[in-house]
Amino acid sequence: MSAVSTGRRQGRTPSRLASGRIPGDESRRARPKPRHKRPSLLLGVLMTLMVLYCLVPLWWLVVNSTKTMDSLYGSFAFWFSGEFSLFQNIADTFTYQDGIFLRWLTNTLFYVVVGAGGATLLATLAGYGLAKYKFPGRKWVFAIILGAMAIPGTALAVPQFLLFSGLGLTNTPWSVIIPAMVSAFGLYLVWVYARDAIPDELLEAARLDGAGEIRIFFVIALRQLAPALITVLMFAVVATWNNYFLPLIMLSDAQWYPLPVGLAQWSAQSSSIGGQAIPHLVITGSLLTVIPISAAFLYLQRYWQSGLTAGSVK
Amino acid sequence: MSKKSSVQDVGARAHIALAQGPVEPSTVTSVHVPTARTTAPPRRRVRRDWAGWWFVGPFMLVFALVFLAPLFYAIYLSLFRETLMGGNSFVGVENYAQALTDPKFWEAMGRVAIFLLVQVPIMLLLALFAALALDSARLRWVPFYRLSIFLPYAVPGVVAVMIWGYMYGSQFGLVADLNHFFGVELPSPLATNLILVSIGNIVTWEFVGYNMLIFFSALKSVPQELYEAAEIDGAGTFRTIFSIKLPSIRGALVIATVFSVIGSFQLFNEPSILQTLAPNSIPSYYTPNLYAFNLSFAGSQFNYAAAIAIISGVITMVVAYLVQLGGEKKGAGA
Repeated sequence: MSAVSTGRRQGRTPSRLASGRIPGDESRRARPKPRHKRPSLLLGVLMTLMVLYCLVPLWWLVVNSTKTMDSLYGSFAFWFSGEFSLFQNIADTFTYQDGIFLRWLTNTLFYVVVGAGGATLLATLAGYGLAKYKFPGRKWVFAIILGAMAIPGTALAVPQFLLFSGLGLTNTPWSVIIPAMVSAFGLYLVWVYARDAIPDELLEAARLDGAGEIRIFFVIALRQLAPALITVLMFAVVATWNNYFLPLIMLSDAQWYPLPVGLAQWSAQSSSIGGQAIPHLVITGSLLTVIPISAAFLYLQRYWQSGLTAGSVK
Repeated sequence: MSKKSSVQDVGARAHIALAQGPVEPSTVTSVHVPTARTTAPPRRRVRRDWAGWWFVGPFMLVFALVFLAPLFYAIYLSLFRETLMGGNSFVGVENYAQALTDPKFWEAMGRVAIFLLVQVPIMLLLALFAALALDSARLRWVPFYRLSIFLPYAVPGVVAVMIWGYMYGSQFGLVADLNHFFGVELPSPLATNLILVSIGNIVTWEFVGYNMLIFFSALKSVPQELYEAAEIDGAGTFRTIFSIKLPSIRGALVIATVFSVIGSFQLFNEPSILQTLAPNSIPSYYTPNLYAFNLSFAGSQFNYAAAIAIISGVITMVVAYLVQLGGEKKGAGA
């Protein structure tokens, strides 16, 4: 994989509607592959130290999820020791408390699919709408959304809870999903991207052919927006999978917990009076929580580059 | 051209013009889009009618429900107080007055301010260093470094805190092993005087890669010609960094700083989860957010909590705005 991956989708699959060159792309000429200079040993060493700092805790997690509860306490923390009980730990994690871990996993997946999927759809629609349409109230929409990005989201958590409680939504999946469906940053990303990536000529040509606005979006605009869309999706998936504060507030029934809240509860259990200490299950559960999101993340991150470089932070 | 008569709006006129032949860019309505960077030539035709609301409407609907309504509700709540008899009575700004003289609130604010002044610069400098190293062309295996450093961002905050919390612990962590190995008694990272440093380390671990990627992406869009020109002028590595790279990515630097400022004021997950491991080091009012949370859900003081949340929100916005302003001013001066 090239580090400089500015390969734009429209470059590879030109739309049939776009005759010839697509304007707007010429301005963002890909930077040529960086010339390789003599590698610096010092940089290599320093960066390796940083990688170690970033990976050692994950290494710790992997190593310790293979240990029994007894060898957790008595062995060197950064190497395997005692009998290899990873599979036993996984089995225990899934069967502890009548298999509630599986329930949490299912909940999390559900929240991610509906919440992050919804967030991506709404942000893409709205970002496209802001970039390509002039409509009454447009300036207000801008002002409100930019203002919203500056306000700390958690400051609103308590009133959000009270409001949702008034609507009878607390302690239901909707109390987690509906707030997860708003991504102001995602909207901003799509807006900036759509402005340059979708030539107005393309839309006009489609209108000329008699296509409706909704159809134009789904058939033409969406494929142009793919890199931005995947970037937003990745952000939303990570945010929803890792969400802790909001579900902690909204949910009181453990049946609806997502994984982070459930794990935190397991972890707190050992320090409560009369609670059973289950560090090996917390550690194995953490590993099982990290693996799917890391995999999804590593898979999606390759699209990040082009999505971000498109100007969001320039 | 048979559809010509059935459509009457501005957009239709534009596409008829388009259909009739090559259009001079200057004859087409150009709409100024407020942007930091307009790369394309000014020949945008944007439709002016209500159609845009089909796209923006759904977002705004959900946005109003989860953002605007709670915002106004919070303001409303903060102006009332629950009376002993039950029921609410209007108290004006009394909750705000109480918050502004509440030593716990200011202690929490002071704590996040220290955190902000120490942790954020360290994290951003590390991220900047890593991004410059990745961009330097003097490093091999760039994708490996990039992914490894970015990976912690995908780790759920809760899990990150648990891993570090266990490693900090004297039972089966890094500290325990160091003590055992060298036969020493290291100060516990979970002790009162070190806990803020320990939290700072966790936050740095979680977000250094994210910030690195923001900087790296910005560095990659610096025009290559600038480097070539610098090379011809005989500029060295550091000269290139300070004269070309850093000024070119100022926008990214400012955005990352603003995000980190907001994140610091919102600090919640790390102290909240570490609390179970170090109950004596982290009081219920450790950060403003934790304080508001505990006031609401442990103390049922929703009105007062709303006032606390609003004040810390306003302070956050002011500081974030000042950071942005500072960044722009430097930009104008350079």
